[in-house]
Amino acid sequence: MLTIRNLQVALGRTPVLHGIDISAAPGRIIAVIGPNGSGKTTLLRAISGDVPYQGQIALDGHDLATLKPWELAARRGVLPQAATLAFPFTVAEVVRLGLTSGTQADRTDLIARALAEVDLTGFSGRYYQELSGGQQARVQLARVRVQVWDPVQNGAARWLFLDEPVASLDIAHQIGVMRVLRGFADGGGGVVMVLHDLNLAAMVADHVWLIHDGRLLDAGPPARVIGGPGLAKAYGCPIMANQMPPAAATFVLPHGLWG
Amino acid sequence: MVAIDFTAVLPGDRTPRARRVAIGLGVLLLVTCLLSLSHGASGVHLGDLVMALWAGDTLPDRDRLILWEIRLPRMLTGVLVGASLAVGGAVMQGLFRNPLADPGLVGVGAGAGLGAVLAIVLGSMAPAWVVATLGWQMVPVAAFVGGWLSTIVLYRVSTRAGRTSTATMLLAGIALGALAGAATGILVYVADDRQLRDLTFWGLGSLGGASWPKIVAAGPVMMLALVAAPFLARGLNGLSLGEAAAHHIGLPVQRVKHVAILTVAAATGAAVAVSGGIGFIGIVVPHLLRLATGPDHRYLLVNAALLGAILLLLADLIARSIIAPAELPIGIVTAVIGAPVFLWILLRRRGLVDM
Repeated sequence: MLTIRNLQVALGRTPVLHGIDISAAPGRIIAVIGPNGSGKTTLLRAISGDVPYQGQIALDGHDLATLKPWELAARRGVLPQAATLAFPFTVAEVVRLGLTSGTQADRTDLIARALAEVDLTGFSGRYYQELSGGQQARVQLARVRVQVWDPVQNGAARWLFLDEPVASLDIAHQIGVMRVLRGFADGGGGVVMVLHDLNLAAMVADHVWLIHDGRLLDAGPPARVIGGPGLAKAYGCPIMANQMPPAAATFVLPHGLWG
Repeated sequence: MVAIDFTAVLPGDRTPRARRVAIGLGVLLLVTCLLSLSHGASGVHLGDLVMALWAGDTLPDRDRLILWEIRLPRMLTGVLVGASLAVGGAVMQGLFRNPLADPGLVGVGAGAGLGAVLAIVLGSMAPAWVVATLGWQMVPVAAFVGGWLSTIVLYRVSTRAGRTSTATMLLAGIALGALAGAATGILVYVADDRQLRDLTFWGLGSLGGASWPKIVAAGPVMMLALVAAPFLARGLNGLSLGEAAAHHIGLPVQRVKHVAILTVAAATGAAVAVSGGIGFIGIVVPHLLRLATGPDHRYLLVNAALLGAILLLLADLIARSIIAPAELPIGIVTAVIGAPVFLWILLRRRGLVDM
């Protein structure tokens, strides 16, 4: 269980989040949506332990502030928005950076499986820096996956916190990554991700948090939140929600843009 | 059905190659050490000495003196200094996430030098208890403090939100180096004759002054840095993803950074205190090894220590045989070989200019 109580974050002197109260159960995919600058990424960075905050964030009853870095790493993996790499590592070496324990044999096994999961089998010997942006993003996801490979460990759910995991991916690999996340959630793990694409959020999320001006404007199932009136208010533009016939998934289109 | 052998090495995993290189370098270091022991202006050959010992003869006093008081300390100093310079460079590059961060280039060597000169010139003015506690260690310890302070300043200036700017780092390094150089110059002015002789000898960058007392003074500091470095390997690997991601994969980032800065300062400071400024080992050795076996610090640091020791011993052999019986300062040899390699690195990696 991820519990956030009265979370306030200021970056420099600018308050960015003004008191967020929400909790999330594992086994579900949560999409954090909201317009640019609303505080989505800051919320994700706060639960990842990257920015100082006031209030309380707890994972399974453990206050985040009291957990050591390696204890945190055993419970959650984090995929930042933009990843950098300083030296010419190969793909296999980058993925291995996510591993903290295990014998050489099962590491090799895990790295190969994680690469297969993101459709990069055969890329392990390539230099990371020579890959395309979308391929690099998938390598980084594989690195995060090997860190928390099993969705549940010793009875405790593990978490994936992801900032725009599919922003640079083509449509097929977007779906591929969403399948990976769905499998992780179905296995009992928790997924919290910032998503820009409202239709993708509507399609894959079990739960949506709508952030606006540093506050939680709405939270609930996508059909209600994305189909509801809060969305137009948050984004400041008229939005038309529809139901897509076969799966009855909600999809949205901006309208009235051209007068 | 085909059984999958999961113990097989994944393509792109350069661990086995790095291990083979480590073994090769170890053997090569032994050979180089023997070469260093058996060559010298005096014409005493190690082989003859071994044969004499084997035959049960006692060594002539002169030969024993040359071997024990001149060549052995010189070889040990070469090994320690070469390993320290290379490891100091590799650790600093890992800390700054930048292959151009060499202690000698970015002012840390100059800061350590200033510390050493301060101790030589003003050491006698230090409080009695300091002199009594440090004794022989005063020069290496002062060099360590100088290197430590300059590394901290450099990191503070050039790193924002966990990212290091190459341009800022190099420019700040130039400023730091100039400042330390100026302060060193002033100290040279106020030094007396005996101190000046110490300074000149020290500033040449040479293993010629190697002696047992110096090894006893600076050796432990270098050993400490060399022993600490492998423990930094996982931390530096993680830092190559940036500070935030290093924290995400479970590393105590602040602690890694502090230990890395102390290690750089100890390695560079003690090496500078013993042998003056010897350039380019710290940048060329890690770069060659990254090309050969990749940037994984678990192997890079160990191999850098071995290759650094080998290259410095070879440079020393060249320095003392090329114009024998006179000696070239070893810094000249490493610069003649190292500077072109450094330029070659810059040419190959034009992308660095944009960082």
